[in-house]
Amino acid sequence: MVDTVDSSGELADPQSHRRPTPWVDRVRWLLRGVGQMLITAGVIVLLFVVYEVYVTNYFADRAQAQVKTALKQEWQHTDGEDPLLPLPGQSTPSLPEGKGIAYLYIPRLGRDFGYAIVQGTSDADLEKGPGHYISTALPGQIGNFGVAGHRVGKGEPFLNLDQLQPGDPVIVQTESHWYVYRVGGRPGDISATDAQGVPGREIVDPSDGDVLDPVPDHPGAIPKKARLTMTTCHPKFTATQRMIVHATLAQTVPAHGLTMPASIVAIYSGQGA
Amino acid sequence: MYVWIWRHLPGNLGIKLAQVLVLFLAVTALLFFVIFPWIEPHLPISQVTVPGEK
Repeated sequence: MVDTVDSSGELADPQSHRRPTPWVDRVRWLLRGVGQMLITAGVIVLLFVVYEVYVTNYFADRAQAQVKTALKQEWQHTDGEDPLLPLPGQSTPSLPEGKGIAYLYIPRLGRDFGYAIVQGTSDADLEKGPGHYISTALPGQIGNFGVAGHRVGKGEPFLNLDQLQPGDPVIVQTESHWYVYRVGGRPGDISATDAQGVPGREIVDPSDGDVLDPVPDHPGAIPKKARLTMTTCHPKFTATQRMIVHATLAQTVPAHGLTMPASIVAIYSGQGA
Repeated sequence: MYVWIWRHLPGNLGIKLAQVLVLFLAVTALLFFVIFPWIEPHLPISQVTVPGEK
């Protein structure tokens, strides 16, 4: 049924022109209703994609900026003690969830790739930035420092995690140190395993919590190295699997204030900018 | 439904179009800021974690 507009701008009642049989009328009404519903559903799905890819990023970027600023201020007005370094005889400190604990830099993903890692991996935590699995080791500690991050939307810190190559530096800055981890695997084969049987990258089932073990994938094994494991969803836009990237601590540089130490700057220059 | 709305909007064509735009933006805002954030955690699209032993 086409609605006509007369000269006064008012809609004319189409039924005044012709009087179709009630049966035809009802089918028309039904078909038009179904058509409008389908179009509406399509528009809503499109809007959801826009929301997921742009709107969530807007909110996540703002939250991340707040966490970043808060962490920077905290370190500037420091008491000289790194909360991530437990004093001798003390157990691992309990850090408030959702608060920034360290900065993450991955030169391969660009000079401007820098995120504040928050404590915790709940939905609310991960909307602020990459999150530290609370049960896992802290940066630089022997064991496994586990970090989860969104791949699409919500700030998408780990959008390009698949571009990491064996040996790529993954840099974690804490109040007291800069830790340089190197992605595992052999050149040309990122899934190759090291002496302890840990690959550089693996795709696993979402239920596979073993990737966060102190020695990843080897529950019960005694860790000798400080490792870092990053988890995100795979393939993009889905939650069918998880992409896991493992790295091993290669270098520890003491921090002097907030400025980037020369050896870290050198890593960036060596990356070929 | 859309026809019904169009018929009940007051004013001439231009005013009607403006109202349609406002209505569309209002519905979009409702979706973006209320409905999508509410529905999203229930969809299997943005889960990035593996079970960490707590």
